[in-house]
Amino acid sequence: MKEEELNFEKEQFSLTMIPGKFARSMRTCLIWQFIRFVIINVKMIIVVGKSH
Amino acid sequence: MARLVVLGGGVAGHTTATFAAKWLGSQHEVVVVTPNAKWNWIPSNIWVGVGQMTKEEVTFDLAPVYAKAGITYHQAKAVSINPEGSDSSEKPFVTIEYTQEGKAGETEVVEYDYLVNATGPKLNFDATPGLGDGNGQLGENTVSVCTADHAVHASHKLAEAVEKMKGGTRQKFLVGTGHGMCTCQGAAFEYIFNIENELRKAGVRDMADVKWISNESFLGDFGMGGLHMKVGGYVVSSKLFAESLYAERSIDWLIGAHTSKVENGKVEYELLDGSKGEEEFDFAMLIPPFAGVGLKAYDKAGEDITGTVFAPNGFMKVDADYTAKPYAEWKASDWPRTYQNPTYSNMFAAGIAFAPPHLISKPMKSPNGTPINPTPPRTGMPSGIIGKAVAHSVCDLMTKGENAHLHEASMAEMGAACVASAGKGVFTGTAAAMTVYPVVPDFEKYPGTGRDTDYTFGEIGLAGHWIKHILHFLFIYKAKLNPGWTLIPE
Ligand SMILES: Cc1cc2nc3c(=O)[nH]c(=O)nc-3n(C[C@H](O)[C@H](O)[C@H](O)COP(=O)(O)OP(=O)(O)OC[C@H]3O[C@@H](n4cnc5c(N)ncnc54)[C@H](O)[C@@H]3O)c2cc1C
Repeated sequence: MKEEELNFEKEQFSLTMIPGKFARSMRTCLIWQFIRFVIINVKMIIVVGKSH
Repeated sequence: MARLVVLGGGVAGHTTATFAAKWLGSQHEVVVVTPNAKWNWIPSNIWVGVGQMTKEEVTFDLAPVYAKAGITYHQAKAVSINPEGSDSSEKPFVTIEYTQEGKAGETEVVEYDYLVNATGPKLNFDATPGLGDGNGQLGENTVSVCTADHAVHASHKLAEAVEKMKGGTRQKFLVGTGHGMCTCQGAAFEYIFNIENELRKAGVRDMADVKWISNESFLGDFGMGGLHMKVGGYVVSSKLFAESLYAERSIDWLIGAHTSKVENGKVEYELLDGSKGEEEFDFAMLIPPFAGVGLKAYDKAGEDITGTVFAPNGFMKVDADYTAKPYAEWKASDWPRTYQNPTYSNMFAAGIAFAPPHLISKPMKSPNGTPINPTPPRTGMPSGIIGKAVAHSVCDLMTKGENAHLHEASMAEMGAACVASAGKGVFTGTAAAMTVYPVVPDFEKYPGTGRDTDYTFGEIGLAGHWIKHILHFLFIYKAKLNPGWTLIPE
């Protein structure tokens, strides 16, 4: 059974979004996460710069 | 030689004192009065609370750092402020009471030319019957992660619960806020995901019921009225983002809840619709509401002027617009810019210690009149930035004279980064990394969401987890004043 079937089984959770297999795997995909790491850092540094 | 006295050696006070000492050199004196012997990187208490870090990894001794920086350090708590001096003293002063071993209970008067109040929050456990012990400390029914010692205690209780589950006894975990007027939902949010992750790792997740209880009117409010953020190319409400996280991990939620009483294994609550209920638990971590630390103020004649200097919640009044007005009329410009006290211009407040003009979230009440809404967060990044801006202002006042330009740092023009980890492995940990700009929404500038959606974003993954780790080491490195510390941003 797909994981999202379990998540949506509960009524409280039925109106939200649940990541599918691909979205879940990208969270720990080293190459993708390294790219995201660089992008998030750059964005955070811009926010820090705008805040001072 | 003039003297700057900084009350509180936490995120804001430490930033103010260390920058002021660096900028002023030996020309002037910087004094820190703080009851703690150790500095604590509070965000990492979450990892202590699940047994992934020790207290020693998140704290260090303040005395050698202040000695290195040339800062005079009193391990004491401030009790009162005399901003006009007294009969016997022309100069303003603070009265302090030592907490240091061997000197505990002794009082002393410390005169100042400039004063920065960065005393942070009083953890007001006693606001909820059964959450506190009746003497202002954490009670025996729940745990906390607000201090490193609390977090160590929480980790032991968590380990006991895990052992029980391994022995076949089901356990119920309840995490969230312990009162209708709490802030700091982010910390509880991070803790519940770390607990859930630990339970999975220990192979006992199927023996646990994990539930969130909070005063937010919707999941993902975070005391900031929620936020619209870029996620995967969409701009979505933090409600959807947060609900998705909870649903994915099978964590139930109870929101719009004022925790009215805590007993052994049970909380009583009132909801925004006025209904009342009970929730049982085996393990509960409920954040207490925050208040000011209870400093008193006296004028020259010794009359109590606490109400002039401080707001009723105990936080210090600064240059905010405190005029009571309805939610629809709240503006970004209500928020303070310089953190100078309006009555005494040589007094400032930084970090959690300043009184916000009003909430950020929409004010809500149950039909019984019980206010149930998050109070505004003042997280680490704003506290550090405000601490530095105040240091700048005070240094300029001391070196350039009374008319020096004051530095500004409004929370309506400032961002905050929140990285909520869920687990700690280098290749397996994930975190929800969120950045919000500005913290206080500005609907005049951004009429739809109140915030800049290019810089208000969130995502889940290893990258956020690595950032959380790096921040841990970077901020402790910086706070220890190691080489290059001034280059690390707040
Ligand atoms: C568990 C937890 C996790 C968190 N995680 C994050 C996070 O991930 N990111 C983030 O940005 N923020 C986070 N925060 C919030 C962050 O810790 C606070 O915003 C920050 O510590 C506020 O700084 P402050 O200097 O105002 O107060 P504090 O850091 O609390 O410092 C106040 C200081 O004043 C001292 N003091 C108290 N009374 C007196 C007195 N009478 N006289 C003199 N000194 C006194 C205290 O001992 C303390 O040293 C978290 C908070 C908690 C509780």
